[in-house]
Amino acid sequence: MTTLRLRGDLWMGTAPLIRDLALDLPASRWSGLLGPSGVGKSTLARLVAGLPGPYRLEGAICPEDGKPLQGRVAMMAQEGQLLPWADCVQNVTIGARLRGVRPDVTRARALLAQVGLKGLERRRPAALSGGQRQRVALARVLMEDCPIVVLDEPFSALDTLTRLAMQDLAASLLQGRTVILITHDPLEAIRLSDQAYLLGPDGAEVLNLPASPVPRDYTAPETLAAQAQMLARLHRVESETCAG
Amino acid sequence: MNTPLLRGLLALGFALALWQGVVWASGVPPFILPGPGRVGASLWANAPLLWEHARFTAANLGMGLAAGVALGVATALNLALSPGARLLLRPMLIFAQAVPVFALAPIITLWLGYGAPSKIVVVMLVIYFPVTSAFFDGLMRLPAPLNDLAQMMRATPLRRLFLLQLPNALPALASGLRLAVVYAPFAVLIGEWVGSSRGLGYLMLMANGRGQTDLMFAALLVLAAQSLILFALFETLSRGRLDRAGQ
Repeated sequence: MTTLRLRGDLWMGTAPLIRDLALDLPASRWSGLLGPSGVGKSTLARLVAGLPGPYRLEGAICPEDGKPLQGRVAMMAQEGQLLPWADCVQNVTIGARLRGVRPDVTRARALLAQVGLKGLERRRPAALSGGQRQRVALARVLMEDCPIVVLDEPFSALDTLTRLAMQDLAASLLQGRTVILITHDPLEAIRLSDQAYLLGPDGAEVLNLPASPVPRDYTAPETLAAQAQMLARLHRVESETCAG
Repeated sequence: MNTPLLRGLLALGFALALWQGVVWASGVPPFILPGPGRVGASLWANAPLLWEHARFTAANLGMGLAAGVALGVATALNLALSPGARLLLRPMLIFAQAVPVFALAPIITLWLGYGAPSKIVVVMLVIYFPVTSAFFDGLMRLPAPLNDLAQMMRATPLRRLFLLQLPNALPALASGLRLAVVYAPFAVLIGEWVGSSRGLGYLMLMANGRGQTDLMFAALLVLAAQSLILFALFETLSRGRLDRAGQ
């Protein structure tokens, strides 16, 4: 398993985005990354996933085992990554097909059943609800079977109840992987993260999390207290950014 | 009887009545504007002749369309796959479109003769650009999330083209094909007007020369019917396949 260390300054074009970034993303754990909009959360997700963009990291992102990251990261984004013309099975097996490898359809069907889509395998994304579409995306991440998983606001477009259900599902199915969860929802970060960072232009601060095991109960007083505390802090950061 | 058919017949009846009305009210002689009755009679009397020429025109139309679509699709795929081809071929493609193909029809007839090949080539050239351009645009407009997906999954360029870009471009191809189907009958007629010894275009010119205005109109109706059948055929075949592909 792979611990990721990220050190350096993140630049967007010629403007600094985040200075003195120091993130340790421990192996087999969930790391939550929170921050006001525009701080560079999604840029960070693209950086870890190895996707190109107008950003630049002056520093390094190194897996502790020293092997290259390429091919070891799977990513799940908010929406739009499903092929609208393909059914669930085809969507889950697209990785293998794009690489020219024979897709394992049996495994794809098993994973779809695991995410609760048994019987809907032949449906296309347009015939699924928002939550079901994200289940397909989750099944695809599992199909790729990468040790590192980047979740970039994966449940943002879902209604509250569906979101809570998806959080539980993701927590159980992605167990054992190094997960980087990008979110703007404090409750989501608190429920799922083993450790959480608040991102700002001057780096990342570690946030306090309740001691209870993940996924944390959203009715537990310590979860709610942590949420209130985190919201207040985010609000403070947001208003400072706006004032500046 | 279903309503769309009834409505169609009603519209047709209205159009015919309007036509006859203009003929009666204006009192123009039949060699200037024959009424629907005269044209109908000519259609009936000249049916074997019309059928013979219509077959020639339809065959050229079909072959020209097939060749133009095949060439356009192949060009677009090639352009999408190879930046080198984009660099070299795209300016040529745009230049080719700047030259009106209709103006080339006499030259093509000079080169290929009065037979079918010159008509097929004119149709092919006319529809080549809209098909290529629409399909190529569709291929290059892969949404950013799918682009990321291809990168994350380490897709090979060829598989990216056929598994992501191509299905994503099918609605764009459909609009290119729709244009092609509309342009093709014009093109085949131009080809036949420039120089031909067969076909509906030839028949119209010949009938015009002999003052057989009713036969001219009959040939025009047959050509219009061909265009409509072609369009209806395309719509039936593509609906629910090409257009829905991207949704």
